[in-house]
Amino acid sequence: MDWGTLQAILGGVNKHSTSIGKIWLTVLFIFRIMILVVAAERVWGDEQQDFVCNTLQPGCRNVCYDHFFPISHIRLWALQLIFVSTPALLVAMHVAYRRHEKKRRFRNGEKIDIEELKNEKIHIRGALWWTYTSSIFFRIIFEAVFMYVFYYMYDGYQMPRLVKCNAWPCPNTVDCFVSRPTEKTTFTIFMLAVSGICIMLNLSELCYLVIKVCMKESRKTT
Amino acid sequence: MNWAGLYTVLSGVNRHSTSIGRIWLSVIFIFRIMVLVVAAESVWGDEKSAFTCNTQQPGCNSVCYDHFFPISHIRLWALQLILVTTPALLVAMHVAYQQHQEKKLLVLTGHADPKHLEEVKKHKMRISGSLWWTYVFSVVFRLLFEAVFMYIFYMLYPGYQMVRLVKCEAYPCPNTVDCFISRPTEKTIFTVFMLVTSSICIILNMAELVYLVVRACARRGQHNSNPSSRKGSFYGHKLSSEYKQNEINQLLTEQDGSLKDMLRRNPGLHEKGDRCSAC
Repeated sequence: MDWGTLQAILGGVNKHSTSIGKIWLTVLFIFRIMILVVAAERVWGDEQQDFVCNTLQPGCRNVCYDHFFPISHIRLWALQLIFVSTPALLVAMHVAYRRHEKKRRFRNGEKIDIEELKNEKIHIRGALWWTYTSSIFFRIIFEAVFMYVFYYMYDGYQMPRLVKCNAWPCPNTVDCFVSRPTEKTTFTIFMLAVSGICIMLNLSELCYLVIKVCMKESRKTT
Repeated sequence: MNWAGLYTVLSGVNRHSTSIGRIWLSVIFIFRIMVLVVAAESVWGDEKSAFTCNTQQPGCNSVCYDHFFPISHIRLWALQLILVTTPALLVAMHVAYQQHQEKKLLVLTGHADPKHLEEVKKHKMRISGSLWWTYVFSVVFRLLFEAVFMYIFYMLYPGYQMVRLVKCEAYPCPNTVDCFISRPTEKTIFTVFMLVTSSICIILNMAELVYLVVRACARRGQHNSNPSSRKGSFYGHKLSSEYKQNEINQLLTEQDGSLKDMLRRNPGLHEKGDRCSAC
């Protein structure tokens, strides 16, 4: 069970999304998950081994690393991507439920073509519209929450070269040096930018859905 | 055979589960197995190499690590996930057995054309009769396994928190030495996360159990108020070629709801001369 399986699961949702939703899914998979897997994981790979402190005191390095990096960027991004992709499954479940209802009606005698049922694109109307809109809303919330968590935990989005640590058992204050700080800062800013783009795509998709419904309502009333 | 293989095996069960069962399966795969594979394994990856003790005594490091971590969190979670997902295979086996019985019935009644046989594979089994009991047992076992593992975790690692420092005095360490664990905060965060998802899964399983029991009681209430509808009985007789009509009737009573549905959908199966005692 890895990112490939998640892609297979979410690929199914793609069929019932709006065009903006499809763009969002592509951005998610190519610019975030793929970058995480092929590049970012290598950059953070030696984060603890190459975290060097200016002391021979055993344990000081472990404690300082733990103090300054309570949870690694890579794990936070992995959790963020998992949480941000899962609301789409709500939509998939709702679509499956609708299909099931149609099949039940077919079984009870109504004439519906089974092949057409499998391939038909479900229109985002009624209860499905609410499910879809709530899923986008949750995506935005999760993105924002994780961006805030990053900001709060790492005092901004920049990786410092040097941290000064005086947690026990370090004697006095020791200098500890972070490995590859510039490369880490570059990738952090990149992931932040793509996260911002995803938030904007989600906001525009939300606006698009709301405007579409309002126009439909106004057409009905006139 | 890896997590992806398990996913393939269990996706088949998905079709015959209740809606709560499907949600439970999604939570297991996305929030537990996937998080385990993509995140947790790398956090615990260097647990032994970065376990540092304040001594140069050879062997002290290994002994202390072994003393404080008899079995790693990652391995416990992997065992937990495997044991918790396997009761669903009981259901899969029972469904396969019922499908086999249906196919046999089709052959006996002379409707063994490929289209009908394909339909046996595709249609969703109703959770009634003996399948209901199998399903309920699988949910009960899931609950048991989850609870047992949560208890084991609590016993081995009191409080679910990973400490930064452990004091070790096992031989060959001279006196008491300080040993430092790598990434304790990140490990605590993931332990709490897995604990929360485990509890969510327990709640889902309990809800599914309640749903199944309530549904069965409601169905029984309907049957009692409508005496003309027959209830299926447990099939225990051996098939023999001499008692063809009896076999058909016995198979029909065992299949109960699912076969009734199939016969209703395909009226051509229901020939004039056949006695359909379950319809």
